[in-house]
Amino acid sequence: MATKPDTIYFFGTCLVDLMYPQAGVSAMQLLQRAGVKVIFPPAQTCCGQPAWNSGYRDEARSVARAQIALFPKPIPIVIPSGSCAGMMKVHYPELFAGQQDEAQAVDVASRVYELTEFLVDVLKIELQDLGEPLTVAVHTSCSARREMGVADKIESLLGQLSNVQRVEHARKPECCGFGGTFAVKEPEISAAMVLDKVTHIRNTGVDRLISQECGCLMNIGGVMAKQGDALPHQHIAEFLWERTHV
Amino acid sequence: MTSTFRQTVRANLAKPEVRANFYRAMDGLMTRRLDQFPDKAELERLRTQSMAIRANALSKLPELLETLEANLTRNGIQVHWAETPEQGNQIVQAILERHNAKSIIKGKSMVSEEMGMNHFLEALGIECLESDLGEFIIQLDGETPSHIIMPAIHKNRIQIAKLFHQKFPDIPYTEDVDELTQTARRILRDKFYAAPVGLSGVNFMVAETGTLCLVENEGNGRMSTTAPPVHIAVTGIEKVVESLSDVPPLLSILTRSATGQPITTYFNMISSPRKVGEKDGPEEVHLVLLDNGRSNIYSDPELLATLRCIRCGACINHCPVYVRIGGHSYGTVYPGPIGSILEPQKAGLDVHGELAQASTLCGACSEVCPVRIPIPSILNRLRYDGVRKDAANTNTVGSGKRRTLSEAATWKTWAWAATHPTIYHAGSTLATRFKGMLPTNLGAWTTVRSAPKLAESTLHQQVKNLGVDHE
Ligand code: SF4
Repeated sequence: MATKPDTIYFFGTCLVDLMYPQAGVSAMQLLQRAGVKVIFPPAQTCCGQPAWNSGYRDEARSVARAQIALFPKPIPIVIPSGSCAGMMKVHYPELFAGQQDEAQAVDVASRVYELTEFLVDVLKIELQDLGEPLTVAVHTSCSARREMGVADKIESLLGQLSNVQRVEHARKPECCGFGGTFAVKEPEISAAMVLDKVTHIRNTGVDRLISQECGCLMNIGGVMAKQGDALPHQHIAEFLWERTHV
Repeated sequence: MTSTFRQTVRANLAKPEVRANFYRAMDGLMTRRLDQFPDKAELERLRTQSMAIRANALSKLPELLETLEANLTRNGIQVHWAETPEQGNQIVQAILERHNAKSIIKGKSMVSEEMGMNHFLEALGIECLESDLGEFIIQLDGETPSHIIMPAIHKNRIQIAKLFHQKFPDIPYTEDVDELTQTARRILRDKFYAAPVGLSGVNFMVAETGTLCLVENEGNGRMSTTAPPVHIAVTGIEKVVESLSDVPPLLSILTRSATGQPITTYFNMISSPRKVGEKDGPEEVHLVLLDNGRSNIYSDPELLATLRCIRCGACINHCPVYVRIGGHSYGTVYPGPIGSILEPQKAGLDVHGELAQASTLCGACSEVCPVRIPIPSILNRLRYDGVRKDAANTNTVGSGKRRTLSEAATWKTWAWAATHPTIYHAGSTLATRFKGMLPTNLGAWTTVRSAPKLAESTLHQQVKNLGVDHE
C-alpha cells in the first residue's frame, strides 16, 4: 500500500489487552496523530495462535473465524505484535485452506501490518525526539524478524530519535525462549534461553529495553523482575509516544 | 511424569562444561558461515537454485532411482535395497561373510548410525573402526555423535587429550591438537591397509552417470573407499540428484553452510570398481540404499520437503535450543531442527513426537537452510498430526497418539471463551480488577521469572476514552 489510508482497523492482541494496554493505547495515539482514523472492533479477543502452534487447528480456526468477521471493510489491519501479525498474515491462509471462508481469510491476511511496519512503510512517520538522552537495547521478536521480515523497522524508528542511543548486545537475533506454550512445555530449556538473553542485555548497561513484542517483554521482564533491579522495558509504541508527545 | 527427553535435557543443562563447548563451537560456525556469504542476494539466489535442484530430484524420485540403479550397475557397482535398518545390516553382513572379513574400516556415515551398524557387526565379532577423527574420538569414549557433521563437538581439547592419554597410555600426554591428530592418524594408517572392507556414506548420487559423490576433509574417506579391496557405501534413498550439473551448486552451498569452507579438501567421485590397468581402488563396490520410513515421508506432499535435506547441519548450528541442550539430549541419531522433523516421522510421533514440541518456532533454522526446508511449518504440522482426532486422514506414523483428554479440553474451553467476546471480556475485566488475588506461583514459569503482572484495566476498557471507533 503506497498511499496513506484514512481509516484502519486496530487489533490489540490478548497480551496487550491484559498486560500491556498502554502499548495499545500509545499505538492508537501514534496512528491518530498521524491523521489516521482508528477503528477498534470491540468483539476482538485473540488471533488464535496459541492453539495453532499447539496443533489444535480446529480450535484455532474457530477463534480465527470470529476475528475475521470483525474486519469487513477493505482497509488495513494494524497489529502491535509481530507474532499475532504473523499469525494472521502467514498462517490464516494456511489454516483456512480448502475451507469455505478461505477467500475471506486470504483477504484479511493481505491487509495485515505489524505496527512498526505500518508506521515506517505506509505512514512514513516522522518523529521528533523530545526526551532526555537515553541508551536502549532492542529485542526484535523472531516473528517480526523472520516471519514478517520487519525487524529493521523498529531500528529505523528508534534511529529517528536524536537523543536515543542504541547499544547492540551479544546474540541479538537469537530467540528469547518464550515461544508461547514452549515456555510452559519445556520450562528448563526456555529458562536457559531467557537467562542468557537477560545476561546479554544487562551487559550492555543500557537504561531501557525496547521491543515490538509483548510476549518477549513479559518473558525477559519476568526474569529481570525476579532477579531484582529490573531494567525498564517497554513496547516500542509506548516508548515512541512517551518521547514524542507534548 | 517426566519424559526421558526432559530428564536428559535437565541432566545436560546442568553440565556447564558441555554447554560452554557447544556455545563456543556454534558461535564459531555461525560466524564462519556468515563470512562465506557476504552478498545476501547471491545467497538467496543460491538457496533458491539448490532448493529447486533437490525439489526436482524428489519430484521424480522413483524414476531417478531406477535410472541410478541401471547406471550404477552398468558401471559395475552392485546396488542393494534395504527397507529397514535390519535389512541394511544383513546386506552388509552378507557381503562381509562372502569375503570372510573380520574387520571393517569406516568413513563417516550417519546412515550407518541410523542402522546401528557398529553394534550389529560387533555382536557378530566383527571389528568396526571409525576413521573420521571425530567419530574415532567418540568411539574411543563409547559415545554416539552429538552433531551430524562434527560428531565430537561436545568435547573440548583438554577432554580429548585426557581421553587419548587414558586409552593410549604409552603415548606421552599432550594437549596439542596437531599431535593428537597425528596420533590418531598413525593408529589408523595401518588399519586402512589391513582392513578387508571399507565403508562410507554418500553425499550425492548422480542418476544420469551412476556416480557416488563423497565430501570430506581428512582424507580418511578417500582411504576407506580406495585402500581396502571391498568398498560398501550406505545412504538414504533421497540422496539422488538428476544430473552431474546439479552437483556443483549443491556442493558449494553445502560446504559453506556447514563449516564455512568455500570447498572441502577432498571431493570423491566414485563411478566404478578398479578397472583393468588401474593402480588403486577397490575390486568391488556396493551401494546399500536405505528406506527406513523415507517412502512414507515421500507420500505426503507437505512433509516431503524434509527429504530435501543435504545434511549440512546449518540448522543445528543456528538452533538456540540445540546449543543449550546439546546433541545427545535428543536421544536420536539426527539432533537439532532436522532431527526434530525427521526422527518423529521415521520412528513415529508416539516415540519422538516430543521433539516437535521442543522448539520456539523461532525460525533460525529455516532462515539458514540452504535448500529452504520450512522446518517450523513441518514442526507445526507434526504437532497437529500428534494431537489430531482424525488420525486416519494422515500417513504420519503415530498420528493422534499425543492427544490427551485434559489438553484437548483446555483448548476447547479456550476456544469457547475466545469466541464469546462478552464472556471473554468479563473474564479479563474481572481478572484485572481482582489481580491481587491471582496466584504468584505459576509452576515452571515462575522458577526463573516473576509472575506476569496484569494491568489495572484492560485495553478494551481504556479504548473507550480514546476517541476511537467501535464497530
Ligand atoms: S535441514 Fe537444511 S540446514 Fe538442516 S541439515 Fe538439512 S539442509 Fe542443512
